[in-house]
Amino acid sequence: MDYISNTAAEKDKMMQEIGIEAVEDLFQMIPEAVSAADRLNIEAGISELELMRRAQFQAGKNKSLDQQISFLGAGAYDHYVPGIIDALISRSEFYTAYTPYQAELSQGTLEAVYEYQSMVCDLTGMGIANASMLDGGSAAAEAVTMAARITGNSRVLLPDTVNPAYREVIETYGAGSELEFVNLESKQQIIDPAQIEKNINDQTAVVVLQYPNFYGSLEKMEEISKLIKNKKNTLLLVIANPILLGVLKAPAVFGADIVVGEAQNLGNGLNYGGPNLGFMACKDDRRMLRQLPGRIVGKTTDVDGKEGFVLTLQTREQHIRREKATSNICTNEALNALMATIYLAAMGKEGLKEVGEQCYHKAHYLAKKIDGLSGFEVLNKDNFFNEFVLKTEKDSTVVFEKLLEEDIIAGYDLKNIGENGILVCTTEKRTKAEMDKLVEKLEVL
Amino acid sequence: MEEKLIKDYSSPGRKGYSLPPLEVEKSELEKDLNGYLREDLELPEVSEVDAVRHYTALSEMNYGVDSGIYPLGSCTMKYNPKRNERVARIAGLTNLHPYQPEKQLQGSLEILYQLKLDLAEISAMDEITLQPASGAHGEFVSLMIVKKYFEDREENRVKVIVPDSAHGTNPASAAMAGFDVVEIASNERGMVDLEALAEALDENTAALMLTNPNTLGIFEEDILKITEMVHQAGGLVYYDGANMNAIMGYAKPGLMDFDLMHFNLHKTFSTPHGGGGPGSGPVGVKDFLAPYLPRPLLKKDEKKYYWDYQRPKSIGKVHSFYGNYGVMLRAWAYIKTLGGSGLKKTTENAVLNANYLKARLKKDFELPYAADSLHEFVLSGSRQKEEGVSTLQIAKRLLDYDQYAPTIYFPLVVKEAMMIEPTETENIGTLDHFVETMLTISREIKKDPELVNKAPHSTTVRKLDETKAARNPDLHW
Repeated sequence: MDYISNTAAEKDKMMQEIGIEAVEDLFQMIPEAVSAADRLNIEAGISELELMRRAQFQAGKNKSLDQQISFLGAGAYDHYVPGIIDALISRSEFYTAYTPYQAELSQGTLEAVYEYQSMVCDLTGMGIANASMLDGGSAAAEAVTMAARITGNSRVLLPDTVNPAYREVIETYGAGSELEFVNLESKQQIIDPAQIEKNINDQTAVVVLQYPNFYGSLEKMEEISKLIKNKKNTLLLVIANPILLGVLKAPAVFGADIVVGEAQNLGNGLNYGGPNLGFMACKDDRRMLRQLPGRIVGKTTDVDGKEGFVLTLQTREQHIRREKATSNICTNEALNALMATIYLAAMGKEGLKEVGEQCYHKAHYLAKKIDGLSGFEVLNKDNFFNEFVLKTEKDSTVVFEKLLEEDIIAGYDLKNIGENGILVCTTEKRTKAEMDKLVEKLEVL
Repeated sequence: MEEKLIKDYSSPGRKGYSLPPLEVEKSELEKDLNGYLREDLELPEVSEVDAVRHYTALSEMNYGVDSGIYPLGSCTMKYNPKRNERVARIAGLTNLHPYQPEKQLQGSLEILYQLKLDLAEISAMDEITLQPASGAHGEFVSLMIVKKYFEDREENRVKVIVPDSAHGTNPASAAMAGFDVVEIASNERGMVDLEALAEALDENTAALMLTNPNTLGIFEEDILKITEMVHQAGGLVYYDGANMNAIMGYAKPGLMDFDLMHFNLHKTFSTPHGGGGPGSGPVGVKDFLAPYLPRPLLKKDEKKYYWDYQRPKSIGKVHSFYGNYGVMLRAWAYIKTLGGSGLKKTTENAVLNANYLKARLKKDFELPYAADSLHEFVLSGSRQKEEGVSTLQIAKRLLDYDQYAPTIYFPLVVKEAMMIEPTETENIGTLDHFVETMLTISREIKKDPELVNKAPHSTTVRKLDETKAARNPDLHW
């Protein structure tokens, strides 16, 4: 099956119009030395039925989250995705459209992006949001390089309480811009403000804080922010978890200059980590706006004075500015942003708050129970939202594997980053029975 | 506004969600989170029906490939097969957490591995990373690989050469990786000017970035000479895979002696563009560059598929996880459906369709470059401009006839450019309709240029004021 409509007779007619005898004539300019051999060594095409069978067969070799209890988080979150989202994004006028270059025929995409930008501004408290970034890690990385361009500084304070995967992405991008990274070590899963005070100087471009941080704890946002505000030319970048911003204060309140994060948890499924949705917002400030990467949609009017939407402020972008652009980003995560927009619309402020509160209460219920077990301890029990560090006297990988046999993924094994412990996460999807089962199995380990 | 904003449907207390009861005892959230709790959230409060009606109304103001022809040059807007959407919604393939143990994911990892092998076969590259989430992301990865390779060799090469017809992402990606960008002019035939290239090449040259066929749709006939020249100067040659739909099954970048390249799964391999994304931009390299690929790299041993993190020379990660897996599933399904001969047929028909359109349009619109072209071609609206109508207005007038417009004002080397790529999935009827519409517009320009200059007339909004949008930014409600 090749999705080609034209018949042999129609192709003949087309070749006649072009003035060729065989379709191969169109490829005569390709030197023999570079041409592929007679055929591609790829197996022959299969029917839809065979494809579905094969895909199901592959699925059968996986063990999905439907087949076990998962307490995994660490940057990708298992929240409930309402049915309304897939129903609406399956409208092919949305999902088969391109970037809205012809605004008049793309008002649906454009208005949805404007709504998305508005909701991101609402959640973060910031004045400007772009139309999306590739994912949380690359959004954080591009925010760091943006901060370096704005301030003209190259020193970056990067606490170890920031998601290690994000830190690695930030450092990859930083190598392109030749930034200098200062890694800050945490104490009891948060950064001591004294560490910031000690390391910040006039060459510091940006301090990066995650909110809540990788371990689920809340940093001393206000205190750290004050230290940064004492420096004229240092920005505060906050990597926020957007679904928790239904409960937690907007990062703008703490003086954030740029806010980014991973919005996969807003109505996008897990999809093994992609496509995800990076979001990015900054202060409503011309100096910032000029350096903001990515597309932006603005409201305007047409020749009859009717309101409508266009891509705007494009002189920052690669197709206009080429090597002087703020970023190379072109394709973004538009459909994922639409999913997040529909999710936020359906949940509303009450729904988002309720989701956040359920995550919180469930995590605290579970943590209390685990902390009461002998041989186990919750390291950050006094300060966490819905992820916490389970410390064990045993080897955490052994604990993790034992629980796997019981159809439980206990969380993220911190051995992966050189610590002995498990990062446990609960969302509104985890039931009391599931959490009790984890506790019960831990008890008999 | 044709359809009001979602917030304008908001009514205090309306709900569009339901959650199960909490079941567990509440903890002291207010006390514990004192100083961190918000009170100011203003998200709309709407019912599920409100939301469904609103977003349905928005979709009706949009245009996708399923609506009709989408001849955007360099974007490869081919049909997005529905079966691929179905594959990408199988719970056993998608309800997977990125940090699940590999032993639970062997089915998915095998799919990704097959995709890697097929991409390597199509391109004659040796090793593939699937991590980049877009074409530009793949370019950035490639340029960081180039940078790291020369750092490793202790060669200080700071210059990247880009033809003036290149995609804007090329120079932008090179700059992000810290290179100085040197632009070289094309020759009168629309190809790389070998003399200009020779002049630009020196001991500081890290790489040449090239699309082949280039953005004019023209195949660089001297490609082997070009890659040889760059290699002789000690540089690497990078292939921008945006135009792979022109050569699949007919030529391979690896055989053209390119050292590394990116693919666009959302172009060549039919995955939907989603109104601007998600995409996927895998990178292929020759063996000697494989150590520099992003971490982790998908590998296979006798027993299993696994992610290899032990890659000391790697440029590092560029994505939080492994890239846009959902897009990869669709591309895998596409390749499996078409098979090797189907992919080759795709190329043939893409090129046939483009050449048919060109043959039928070149009398009425100026064709600035006469060289044979492949899957896309570039016309100039310069004659119509002399008659008082710009290419922008030709594009806007097309919208009145319910067809999407070509890419316009690109490549920059052509004045009043219209870059047209019909793809293989359009049939002769759709192509003829497009031609007839273009010819109608050409006649309208002669008879009544004002009609075209005031277009569009029949869209939900008429021509929008972009200057106002940029001068007085209104970026949120």
